[in-house]
Amino acid sequence: MTAVTDREATGAPPRLVGPRRPLEPAFRLTLLVSLVIAVLFLVILLVYVVTEGWPRLDARLWENFPSRLFPERAGAQSAIFGTVYVIALTAVFCIPIGVMTAIYLEEYADRERWYNRIIELNIQNLAAVPSIVYGILGLGIIARGIGLGITLITAALTLSLLVLPVVIIAAREAIRAVPNSIRQGSLALGATQWQTIWRQVLPAAVPGMATGAILALSRAIGEAAPLLLLGAVTHITFSPASLTDSYTVLPIQIFNWIKEPEAEFHTLAAAAIVILLTILLAMNSVAIWLRNRYQKRW
Amino acid sequence: MTTKTPPLAAGISGSLRRSRPRYGEAVIKFALLIASLVSVATTVGIVVSLIPPTLRFFERVGVWDFLSGTNWSPLFTPPSYGVLPLIAGTLVTTAIAIAVAVPLGLAAAIYLSEYARPKVRATFKPVLEVLAGIPTVVYGFFALSLLTPFLQDIWPGGGGPEVFNALSAGLIMGVMIIPTVASLSEDAMAAVPHELREGAYALGSTKRIVALRVVVPAALSGIVAAVVLAISRAVGETMIVAIAAGLQPKWTFNPLSAMQTMTSYIAAAGQGDLPTASFDYTTIFAVGALLFFLTFIMNAISIRLVRKYREVYE
Repeated sequence: MTAVTDREATGAPPRLVGPRRPLEPAFRLTLLVSLVIAVLFLVILLVYVVTEGWPRLDARLWENFPSRLFPERAGAQSAIFGTVYVIALTAVFCIPIGVMTAIYLEEYADRERWYNRIIELNIQNLAAVPSIVYGILGLGIIARGIGLGITLITAALTLSLLVLPVVIIAAREAIRAVPNSIRQGSLALGATQWQTIWRQVLPAAVPGMATGAILALSRAIGEAAPLLLLGAVTHITFSPASLTDSYTVLPIQIFNWIKEPEAEFHTLAAAAIVILLTILLAMNSVAIWLRNRYQKRW
Repeated sequence: MTTKTPPLAAGISGSLRRSRPRYGEAVIKFALLIASLVSVATTVGIVVSLIPPTLRFFERVGVWDFLSGTNWSPLFTPPSYGVLPLIAGTLVTTAIAIAVAVPLGLAAAIYLSEYARPKVRATFKPVLEVLAGIPTVVYGFFALSLLTPFLQDIWPGGGGPEVFNALSAGLIMGVMIIPTVASLSEDAMAAVPHELREGAYALGSTKRIVALRVVVPAALSGIVAAVVLAISRAVGETMIVAIAAGLQPKWTFNPLSAMQTMTSYIAAAGQGDLPTASFDYTTIFAVGALLFFLTFIMNAISIRLVRKYREVYE
């Protein structure tokens, strides 16, 4: 038998020892360079932000409140607390609903039924709806329609709806990665459908779900656009104490500082960005660690 | 719980009969269905929040004037409500972003999926994820305070980008969506069964040919979905353009000038606490409805494409 070489690319006759193919390493190098550009960008971005923010990266940033008149005294404490509260609430709302939806769609839904198809199409579509449109939803329905007003809970509900498709899609992928033979084995031993899901499918899918949920929440942390419409008011000098308080969050505080003309505020923005990125890096590391530690390869 | 059927001990014939009804199972299924209706309610909510103010807007402004007007100045007297400048801003920034993100993202995906040794993969993949996780407000800051001055410095000859310009915003937006393209395409490529690759290798294909002629076509549905999602993200991206592209709605396609996109108009107009009854308040919803409609169309196209090319592996 003769090995069929890649005739389309080289036009060479079939033979066992392949010809030299200069395209191969060139192609590989091109791919690698593309990846390196992305990495390099990340490095430049991080170095730039840290060097810019360095002069203001001290305790004032998390001990003080924003000040418009005195950039040297301004801090982001209200924004840091606001972010923590909003994200905690968002997690409470979106993770259970997301996981339940994923279980329903993967384990129960009959794809032939029109309503299941609609749910599925709808989630695919929602995942790509621009975040600012969720701001409009929050403004029109949650804040004004339901009447929760421009408050912490409105922000958390809006962000929950925003990241819900991300949670659902990640959870579905995690569930789908569990091979069918596991389910069939469990069912064959007499387990009911829910017992199979609860004892076999979910334990195997939890690492993937957790990774997805953390990544979804870190998206919510960095999200500013919808909250612009939901009055994460410019100048909040207290940390929120209840669900119906007004609030601000880190990305909005950063946005406000970027808009100020004075250079001191830009330094402040860079310093706050470093804090925001540190929080996100920590969350991402946990997610990646979880995945690498617990993910099963079937 | 009570059982209507005889206990299993009654014999094989008993165990083969339909088991007792399990109401718990039905309740669980129903609860799960209700949870999944939240996402449907979200879409309904979006539409419901958009329609009434949009209708109020179109009571005063003609649909055709809105869609074909080249002057967007709702706050001037007399106001003008032609949305084309905002569309131009969106198109220009999106086009630049896609030109950056699709080639780089696809190349990165092919490298990670087909070439990278496990160790290399384990280094690069998290980097892409970190890139994806960076808040867009940070990208905006970077575009405004580093990239724009840099472009102004190196720009050959006179001119060069303005302080706020679509070019910087678009380029940075492109970097922002590289991970979207890369990681979704890579997932799709990783899902291609190894048998297909091995079959191609057995026929003597090189690695490049396997990647380009076997893996990419087999993963095409995922790749198309990734690209369309990337476009949709670029169209809907707000913070980068609000920070770096400026707030002047201009009917131009010159990426060096300041431009306003649909999203940055909504963001700028929505920040002030506009009274619900005011007409300006409805402009947010009219532009929002258009934005939602455009992304909706793109998603529908993407979903159809995915269906068309989907290959099921088991």
